[in-house]
Amino acid sequence: MRNKFTTLISGAVPLPIENIDTDQIIPARFLKATTREGFGENLFRDWRYDKDGTPKQEFVMNSPLYKGEILLAGKNFGCGSSREHAAWAIEGAGFRAVVSSFFADIFRNNALNNGLLPVTVSEQMLSALFAAVQEEPATQIKINLEAQTIEIVGTTHKESFEIAPYKKQCMMNGYDDVDYLVSIHHEIEEFEKRR
Amino acid sequence: MNTLFDKIWDAHTVKTIDGGSCVLYIDRQYIHEVTSPQAFAGLRRRGIEVFRPSQVTASPDHNIPTLNQHLPIAEPQSAEQVATLERNCAQTGITIFPIGSQRNGIIHVIGPQTGLTQPGMTIVCGDSHTSTHGALGCIAFGIGTSEVEMALASQCILQSKPKSMRINIEGELKKGVCSKDIILYIISKLGTGGGTGHFVEFAGSAIRSLSMEARMTICNMSIEMGARGGMIAPDQTTFDYLKGREFAPQGKAWDEAVARWSELRSDDDAVFDREVTFSAEEIEPMITYGTNPGMGMAISSVIPSSEGMDTASKASYKKALSYMGFAEGEKMTGKKMDYVFVGSCTNGRIEDLRAFTHFVKGRRKAEGVTAWIVPGSKEVERMAIEEGLRDILQEAGFELRQPGCSACLAMNEDKIPAGKYCVATSNRNFEGRQGPDARTMLAGPLVAAAAAVTGVVTDPRELM
Repeated sequence: MRNKFTTLISGAVPLPIENIDTDQIIPARFLKATTREGFGENLFRDWRYDKDGTPKQEFVMNSPLYKGEILLAGKNFGCGSSREHAAWAIEGAGFRAVVSSFFADIFRNNALNNGLLPVTVSEQMLSALFAAVQEEPATQIKINLEAQTIEIVGTTHKESFEIAPYKKQCMMNGYDDVDYLVSIHHEIEEFEKRR
Repeated sequence: MNTLFDKIWDAHTVKTIDGGSCVLYIDRQYIHEVTSPQAFAGLRRRGIEVFRPSQVTASPDHNIPTLNQHLPIAEPQSAEQVATLERNCAQTGITIFPIGSQRNGIIHVIGPQTGLTQPGMTIVCGDSHTSTHGALGCIAFGIGTSEVEMALASQCILQSKPKSMRINIEGELKKGVCSKDIILYIISKLGTGGGTGHFVEFAGSAIRSLSMEARMTICNMSIEMGARGGMIAPDQTTFDYLKGREFAPQGKAWDEAVARWSELRSDDDAVFDREVTFSAEEIEPMITYGTNPGMGMAISSVIPSSEGMDTASKASYKKALSYMGFAEGEKMTGKKMDYVFVGSCTNGRIEDLRAFTHFVKGRRKAEGVTAWIVPGSKEVERMAIEEGLRDILQEAGFELRQPGCSACLAMNEDKIPAGKYCVATSNRNFEGRQGPDARTMLAGPLVAAAAAVTGVVTDPRELM
């Protein structure tokens, strides 16, 4: 059972860079663990820290201004490697949703499989979100999974987003696919026999 | 009016649940040491067993050293990951090809090479370059570790069916142009997100003319344009490649298989959600100048201008060039480089080693260049030695290392130092991919060879 996701109202951490690949999210040299824990501290490692581990002041996650459980990123977020460690790192660093105008396929699945909600918005909405958060870092964003809407609280900026109905149910109830697939073993065995 | 993709996907759909999520049956699952330990841990936590261990094959590849493989792995965490894979396989009855054994290698090289990968199959692996196997006419794609666990638990995963896309390359390739140039060209035209949401079939006369291994290079990098995977319809080239391989069907079963596989193609009236055609004559030897595989150009050209890009794209473009230490409008040829890496699941097969070796034969590695020539598998290494490639390489000042993923992602010791430039035949030029602050220029084996003997980025056609 994972955490359930229903509604989230939070500030956001803006990262207005396009094509952020999973090697930036979590570099390969940090993939050597055999558990799922501990990846959050190395999220965006080489953007976030100097070689000696000193936080880089110019990187947004090191700014005291931006806080929240929503990561706001440029289009084509999560491209590249299939490493699920990227989703674990983002979740491990305290984020519960990532908002972008475009997600790479494997990353989106990995996020959903870990209770981290990927929210795809229009380019206009993404620009509005970046502008609002950069102008006022305390800006609150509301994501309502049940209604499939995202809005900038206190403004008219509001948009609906898509999510596969099955994945929505899993996110809202904290289910995962392994439980389901094991429950249909008999149907899979039938399929094996008839093919 | 079905596509090849539809035919294979539909034949493997156990059932479709609400809103279009498909329970997709998986014929073959490959695993390696980096993305599988948490999946096995998940199974143990749930108290469930591997559902079909005979359909799963493991090979450690990402973390392993490419020198002295007979010795224990020095780096403790890498050693532990590899040991964990061996332990998990032993406990669950999964076949593993251990380090140093004759079948070991990069999982995407050994799948086709051993004949485990066959037309019409569905194949998954916790690795985005699983798309490589699509070259043999199967649906193969990368998955995350949660999905690795699903496949181990049920031999199925849950996925929505992607859209279809066909990319045709028509005409004859020019001299000095290889399959790596084709795929870098396609990605430079379509962008790193150009295939997202789609499964790509590569077709056209130029694709048909390619060898099996050259086709693998193309399908391998379909993920670099965001596609779920890439595939090429099986034909005589495919059957000739597979015949007699260890796990390919034999005797009567072979004939039956070929009859079945010969039916695997898109119908003439099949409609794709998207279709793009390029002319083979337009394609030149390619090289990348930026920090994603879409930032590629003809080697004789200049780094494109950011004029006309929107603000967000321009900022990302300038960030990439600044990381590389390059400027718009500059030529790539003549740029000094420090390292050459030949290898990976993209270009680590015997044909790649042959192409590189034949080019450097009778020449010398340029002074100041460090070159890592890494075979994709133990079998590729064996062939390279038997064919005399190793000797030719040695005479030219190059060393043939032992197989593994190596400097493609620098999880082992093979890291490019900060600030240094590497011409690499691998698949990703992301920031820090080959080591923190390393600068990667992706290219095919001929461009790598021309750089290796001159010490600067060089159009290989000038030396041919």
